[in-house]
Order: sequence, then structure tokens, then C-alpha cells
Amino acid sequence: MTIEVIGISVLWMFLFGYVIVASIDFGAGFFNASTIITRKNHIVNSVIQRYLSPVWEITNVFLVFFFIGMIGFFPKTAYYFGTVLLIPISISIILLALRGSYYAFGTYGTKGHIGYTLMYGVTGVLIPASLSTALIVSQGGFIRDTQAGGIELDYLALFTSPFAWSIVALSLVSVLFISASFLAYYSSVAKDKEALKLFQRYTWIWSFPTIVTAIGIIIEMKWHNPSHFEGLISLWWLFALSFVCFIASLWLLKKREFGWSFIFVVFQFALAFYGYGLSRYPYLLYPNLTIYDGFTNETMAYALITAFIFGFVLLIPSLYLVFKLFIMNKPYIQKRKS
Amino acid sequence: MESVEFSRYLTMLTLSVHVIFATVGVGVPIMITIAHWLGLKRQDEHYLLLAKRWARGYVISVAVGVVTGTAIALQLALLWPRFMEFAGQLVALPLFMETFAFFFEAIFLGIYLYTWDRFKNPKLHFYLLAPVVLGSAMSALFITSVNAFMNAPQGFTLVDGQLTNIQPLLSMFNPAMPTKVAHVLSSAYMTTAFLLASIAAFHLWKGNRHPYHRKALALTMKVALIFSIATALIGDLSGKYLAEYQPEKLAAAEWHFETEGEAPLVLYGVLTETNEVKYAIKIPYALSFLVHSNPTGVVTGLNDIPEEVHPPYFIHYFFDIMVTIGIGLTFLSLLYWVALSRNWSFIKTRAFRLLLVASGPLAMVAIEAGWWFTEMGRQPWIMNGFMRTADGATDSPYVGFMFIAFAVLYIILVSGTAVVLTRMFKKNPVERELEKDSIEQRSVAK
Repeated sequence: MTIEVIGISVLWMFLFGYVIVASIDFGAGFFNASTIITRKNHIVNSVIQRYLSPVWEITNVFLVFFFIGMIGFFPKTAYYFGTVLLIPISISIILLALRGSYYAFGTYGTKGHIGYTLMYGVTGVLIPASLSTALIVSQGGFIRDTQAGGIELDYLALFTSPFAWSIVALSLVSVLFISASFLAYYSSVAKDKEALKLFQRYTWIWSFPTIVTAIGIIIEMKWHNPSHFEGLISLWWLFALSFVCFIASLWLLKKREFGWSFIFVVFQFALAFYGYGLSRYPYLLYPNLTIYDGFTNETMAYALITAFIFGFVLLIPSLYLVFKLFIMNKPYIQKRKS
Repeated sequence: MESVEFSRYLTMLTLSVHVIFATVGVGVPIMITIAHWLGLKRQDEHYLLLAKRWARGYVISVAVGVVTGTAIALQLALLWPRFMEFAGQLVALPLFMETFAFFFEAIFLGIYLYTWDRFKNPKLHFYLLAPVVLGSAMSALFITSVNAFMNAPQGFTLVDGQLTNIQPLLSMFNPAMPTKVAHVLSSAYMTTAFLLASIAAFHLWKGNRHPYHRKALALTMKVALIFSIATALIGDLSGKYLAEYQPEKLAAAEWHFETEGEAPLVLYGVLTETNEVKYAIKIPYALSFLVHSNPTGVVTGLNDIPEEVHPPYFIHYFFDIMVTIGIGLTFLSLLYWVALSRNWSFIKTRAFRLLLVASGPLAMVAIEAGWWFTEMGRQPWIMNGFMRTADGATDSPYVGFMFIAFAVLYIILVSGTAVVLTRMFKKNPVERELEKDSIEQRSVAK
């Protein structure tokens, strides 16, 4: 395994970590807001707050981690993605900023403020959409050269591309699916029957659109980027396994094994995510940039990997502590104070 | 206007907002630690409540700090893609480690906030603050070392535009780093202490006589004095660093045109179009003395530096603001302490308390002025001696729109923070909270 591959694997791992924790977070905000409108807020409020309060900051760090690591390992991406994605990523930043601060204002400041909660929900669904532009653009086909010799994003092509919209749709529904599945598990630990019933239903509702859009994207790839499509097909067994995990998670959901059901949802996404990542090897940005021509100097790469290992020695026990105190801690979850 | 201008303004705007929350973010954990420790040691519920209430307000500022920090992290690549492409190979290590440090801090801050009543041994809960203090200081250290690198790049060789012989640790521990990091840390502790003192002084000024506020004021002013002195001493070292490594910045800050010995220190004043200094206070020999610890030492003037690398001369004003406030606040806290220990009563007058109320905001103004001075003082370079700011910027034509969008965002964030914080503490005053705690304790005792 070359050092470039190690670098991209580390980053891909962070991106996947972000996809899972952020999905739970975004979805929770959305469910929280939507139940205000359907007046079922009292059912889910306690479960969502108990989970979110101690972990919301950690979610944000995953994103920054991925992003800083990307520039560290592949500095050329700063030029390509930075130049092209000024508007979509700025929109993401603004939404993230509103969301983060409204969460804090709503939770620690004026408790139960409906405006803050709604804002928190709405931004949560828009962020995955705006962030996924980065993924769409990296697929190739949306960047054109300017007359001045630079590059720019082809907005017309982006907004009229069914492929782009499919990815946005997938990111939205999978956020809701992952989140519902986790919150179903969490409310089962909390022994909160009503919340459990609701989240169980949400998991069923959002499971099918997730799988339909995912399959749709594989098919669309055939026209959008034939060589990438070939890559996807050659890894068909990974996607088949992912589908098996999907079926298993639904079966476990029916059997009321919520913890295992969520674990299989994570497996399902992990397999699909890594399969997708592998299939685009070696491109970071098709066809401009591969992981080989965008790689940093070797000294820095080794320094980064060393820092990464030391950092992880520090982080894993700390994250374990968070899990032990909040996420796996039955007395904490079940205490229904707020 | 060109993209590069807008990129500069947007970066300045984001950083100016972020530095408010970052300073508080670095400073408050240490204040919480001191209060919490005193509370445990003296079995004093007032200090414990101080720690609790500071921590509660701190969360709001951390939240806004996190989002503005995320904004600047991403904007670095969005607004300065050429620069990040180049510098990413040199400063990725400290940037990466900064996120680790912040991660560490975020984890333990979350645990600390939600475990006030969960440990049987209260000391265990107190120890959770150690990683928070350490994490916040380390993230300040790493990110400041990146900024120091931009001022004093080293740890690589540039051969025909190709980078070779890269030494990540050498670029991290560059000559600007020690003084910069020390100055950032001590000024953050100082500013936070004054800010918290402002709050206590405000309550006393309004006529509240609760011992809680008096203890808070006495504690914060003591910490403020210690760190004011430290900041001033480190500031002096920073000046000596500038004289050696970035003479153009020091010369512009001091409006020092002729290279000469026995150089005077120029305070205040205005600069005419023909570069004559008017209405200024000149302290003879002082600049030479500050730089070389010798009243006749020779200080390089702007006339001996090529004009195209001169920083803008108006940084002199920022420098004056920073130094004046810094020295003023040092004397203010010294005066307060002498008066308190000798029982002089003038510190209890409303006028003096109003001064104390102003100290926090003033310290924050000094922080902003200091950053503007150091950042504009290295123009026209984005990486001193290697890359000009104009060559690092994006060529996207949309930066102007983004500037407006972010300006609106920051107005919402800053005013929202102010409103939420005031409401939070107004609705739940100290007296009520102390009463509630004692009722709970009595019911436990029964």
C-alpha cells in the first residue's frame, strides 16, 4: 500500500465518520422541527435533547478534520475545490453557522424557543444538499476553463443535471434514514415507547427511498461517467453485500433488535461508501486530479500520519468515555428530566 | 473592486468576529478552573456557582466560536486557493494538530458540562477541566504557529519554484512563534479576566451588594493584573523580534523613516502626505532602548526598505490603541489591588466601578487592534518574502456577494449571542440560584 492510498483511506474514514454522526444530528434536528408542526414534539423532544446536548460539537470537528486533512495530504485540492466551490461551500458554512448557534441559543439560552428549533431543523436538511455539491463536482463534468486561464463551476450544467439532483436526493433521504434508525435504537434504550414507535415508523418510511435513489445513481452513472460506471460494476459484490446489510437491518427492525438494526445500517452505508470510494480510484477530481499528482511531499505525509496516530491514541479513549457516559449509559438516557 | 480586495475584507471580517470568541474560548476555561478549585478548597458555594455560571455562558460563546472557526478554516481554501495549495505542504501539520487539540477540548467540555452531579467524588469532575484548559491552549498554540509561519517562513528550500528539503517541525517552531504564542495566550487570559471583571463590576455599579459579585471582582482583577504584566513583558519581546526579523513592520508602526541610533518612540500623532509626523509625543531614545536595550542602538527606518514592500502606515494607530489600552489596564488593575489591600475606599465609587465595567470591552478592542496591526503590518505579503497577497487570492468574481452574505450572518450571530447571554443571566440571577441550591441541599440533608 502506497502512502497516497493510506492518506486517502484515512480521509475517507473521517468523511464516513462525519456522514454517520452528522446524519444522526441533521435528522434529529429535522424530526424535532417537523414534530413541532405535527404537534408530536413532546414525544421526541426528550430523547433528541439527551442525545444531542453532549455531542453536537464533536460532529462539527469531524468535518473540519476531513477538510484540513484533505489540504494536508492533497494540497492541490485546495486550488481546485477552493476556486470552484466558493459559493456552494460558503452557503454550507452559513447554514452550519446558523444551525450551530441556534442550537446553542435554543438549548442553553431561551429553552424551547420555536423559531430556533425550526431554524435548526430546516438548516439541517439544506446542509447535506449543499455539501454534496463537493461530491458531485468531484465526479467530473461540471468544471470549465475560463478565458483568463482559470477554472470555474458550470452552474447551468450543475442545476440541470439529473445526476446531480439524484445525489442531493440520496443525501437527504439517507440522512433521515440513518437518523431514524439510530434514534429508534436510542429510544428503545431509553424505554421511551412512544418515541420508539415514531422513529420505528420513520425508519421504515425512509428506508425505501434510500435504496431506490442509491440504485438509481449507479444506473445514471452509466451515462454520466462511463469509466466510473465500469469501476462500480467491477465492485458489484461490495454493493450486493451492502444491499444484504440493508435487508438484514430491516429484518432486525421487525424483530425489534434496534441496536443490531442500526449497526447493519452503518455496515450498509460503510460498504456502499467504501465501494464508491474504491470505484473512483485514483481520481480526486475527475479528470483533473488523481491522488498521485495532488499528493503532498513525503516528509509532510509521514509527519501527518504520525500526528494522526498519536492523536488517535488520545481520541479513542476520550470518545469511549463519551460513549460510556452518555450514549451507552442507561441511567443517563432514561432519566427524563428535561 | 477586485477579488483580492474582497477576499482580504472577508477574511478580515471573519477573523475579527472569530477572535472575539476565540479569545474568550482560550481564556474562560482557566478562569472556570480557578473558581472551581477555590470553591472546592474553601468549601465556598459562591466560587462553585461562579464556575457553573461562567461555564454556562461559555458554552454559547464556544458554539459561535466553533462555527466562525469552521468558517475561517474553509475560507482559507475558498478565498486563498493558490496560497493554500502552496502552504498546505508546509503547515499542514500544525493545522491538523490544531483540530486534534480542539477535538480533545470539545469532548471533555461536553463531559464537564453534563456531569455536574454525576460523580460521587467532586474532584473527579474538577479534573475534567484539565483537558479543556490544555486543549484550548494547545489549539491556540498550533494555529498561532501557522500564523507565525506566514510572518517568518522557514523549514523548506525553494528551488526554481519547487519545494525541497521540507522540515515540518522547523516551520512550526519558526522565529516568530514563541513570542506570538506567548502573547496570544497571555493576552487572551488577560482579556477574559477583564471581561469577567466587567460583569461583576457592572452588578456592583448597579448597586448589588452580594458577596458573590465582590468575590468575583476581586478574583478576576487579581488574575487580570498578573496576565497584564505578563502580556506587557511578552509584548516587549515581540517588539525585539520585529526589529530583528520584520523591521519594516516595526518601522511602519513607529513611523520611523530614517535609519538612526538614538531613535525616539513616537506615540499618537498624525502623518501628513509628505510623511511628516505631526502632533506626536516623542520619547527620545526609547525606541532604540526598547529594541536593543541600549539608548543609542541603530534602528532600521522605512527609507532603507524598498517602497513596494512597505506595510500601510496607518498600522501606527492600531499599535497605539493596543499599547495604550494594555498599559492603561495594567495600571487600572494594579491600582485596584493596592487600593483593595490598603482599604482605600475610592474603588467603591460609582465612577471607578464604571471604569472597571469598561475594562473588558476595552481589552477586547486591544485584541482586535493588535491583530489588525500584525496582519496589515505584513502587507503586501501573504507569506512574508515568498508570496504576495494578490497572488494567493481566488479569481472568482463572486467574493463580493459572499462578503455581504457573511456580514449579515455575523451581525445575526453577534447580536444573537449578546441577546441570549443577557437574557440567560437576567432571568436567572445569582440570588435565586443560590437560594435554589441551598433548598436542594437541605432536602438532601434531610
